[in-house]
Amino acid sequence: MGEILKCSNCDSPATVHLTQIINNKIIKVDLCEACAQAKGVTNPEGFSLADLLGQSTFAQEGEAQKVQCPDCGLSTADFRHKGRLGCASCFAVFAPLLRPALEDMHAGTYHKGKTPELALSRQSAVAHLEKLEHALAQAISDEAYEDAAKYRDQIRALKECPETLEYSQP
Amino acid sequence: MIEALLNCENAELTHKTQKGTPVVLSTRLRLARNLVDTPFPERASMAQRSDILSKCATHLSGLGKMAKGNFFEISSLSDLEKQVLVERHLISRELCESKQGSGVYIDKDQTCSVMINEEDHLRIQFLKSGFQLKSVWKQIDRFDSDLETGLDVAFDAEFGYLTACPTNLGTGLRASVMMHLPGLVLSGQMERVARAVSQLGIAVRGLFGEGSDATGHVFQISNQQTLGEREEDIVTRLGNVLKTVIDHEVNARFKCLEDSGSKLLDHIGRAYGLLRNAHVLTSTEAMHHLSLLRLAVDFEMLPETKRADIDRFFIECQPGHVQYAANKGIEPDARDVCRATKLRKELASLPALDFDKVADLA
Repeated sequence: MGEILKCSNCDSPATVHLTQIINNKIIKVDLCEACAQAKGVTNPEGFSLADLLGQSTFAQEGEAQKVQCPDCGLSTADFRHKGRLGCASCFAVFAPLLRPALEDMHAGTYHKGKTPELALSRQSAVAHLEKLEHALAQAISDEAYEDAAKYRDQIRALKECPETLEYSQP
Repeated sequence: MIEALLNCENAELTHKTQKGTPVVLSTRLRLARNLVDTPFPERASMAQRSDILSKCATHLSGLGKMAKGNFFEISSLSDLEKQVLVERHLISRELCESKQGSGVYIDKDQTCSVMINEEDHLRIQFLKSGFQLKSVWKQIDRFDSDLETGLDVAFDAEFGYLTACPTNLGTGLRASVMMHLPGLVLSGQMERVARAVSQLGIAVRGLFGEGSDATGHVFQISNQQTLGEREEDIVTRLGNVLKTVIDHEVNARFKCLEDSGSKLLDHIGRAYGLLRNAHVLTSTEAMHHLSLLRLAVDFEMLPETKRADIDRFFIECQPGHVQYAANKGIEPDARDVCRATKLRKELASLPALDFDKVADLA
């Protein structure tokens, strides 16, 4: 046995290895037990890798699959009907539909202007703080008190002086 | 509720038009912004909408620019009050029709207004009289950066500022200039110019935006594309196109004067007589004749200082303003009488048209 393959969905050890031929191309996927169940891989009749890899296929073909925004619930039909997006998360979901439309609409398809540096750095500071707090809780429950003290100091430093954020990594 | 706004002696559009220039009335820039973690207004719940409204209003009230400003919740305004704000270009028609939980913050001088929960969470607008694209961009840019200090703006490296409508993605910037183009209209060139300009990704609309008429020979010209170009480039490109439009307009005016001078001067002379003597005036008619008076100022037939007054009448003769001034609900017929009375009074002290000046010009 070589090295243990990881699930392509969640990084747990993969136990289900699947090979299908789609459009004359061999596609292999490794999944863990739980993800295989969730994706319906264990049902030999109703499963296709094309569905599992859905997003990349419809990007290639530029043709819409029926998708829905997990945050605001906007569907492909809603988007087509109104031409409006529902929330910030919609952009990742509908990007394949959106990109060709943008080509006709605008001078370019990539943003070139102003960036909200301050808001972005604050957003990443918040994310960083959450990560540290999570690490602290974990260290405490593992009774790794030396690590916990280190995280506690980092959290304190970050709260007192958010600019130091960029120079400290957990 | 909006009394203070109307009585303001310092309002940009109605009282600071001294810098008003021939051809260009005003410059307006707007930025579309949304906050992270809440659906855009159309898909937000009532609770989320009012949450955004209070969060934004609180943050805005702390900004220096909004000191002594006014905040209005749209649901608290009457239809007439909303109409007056639309006529002053401080809010959009879309905001008027929005559901509960939307509002507008307007600064003391009425140069800056921020609509909350219109199509996007925030629509920031800066409005200045005259042709000032670059300086207005600098001001709105600074204000937008201030706003960012307390609000988490939704942004993506590829799509830029995230907006509900894909037509606003990227910079979220719409720059528009209000232009007075009687020369191009009277010489029948306006359609050709509009078509040429639209091929450069620049839109031409009437006085009140989409679908409105170009009453008073006034047009709004703005960029259509917001993604793939830097803000400075959008503004510079629009400015260059508009400079060409201004040149065409000036040429058209002199051509009119040269080819059919008597006809043009007759139009101006009749407008002058009509506005000073009419007893019933519809808003379209008033706008048309005021436009010709503005042209007379540009031809130096009237003192330069009168241009500011005419620009103010452009706004104060709109139906909402006339009705608001009458202080009671009045029928359109009565409104036309009020409008004529106001203009007779305001224009009574106007000096006679100096036709000799035009002879020198031509």
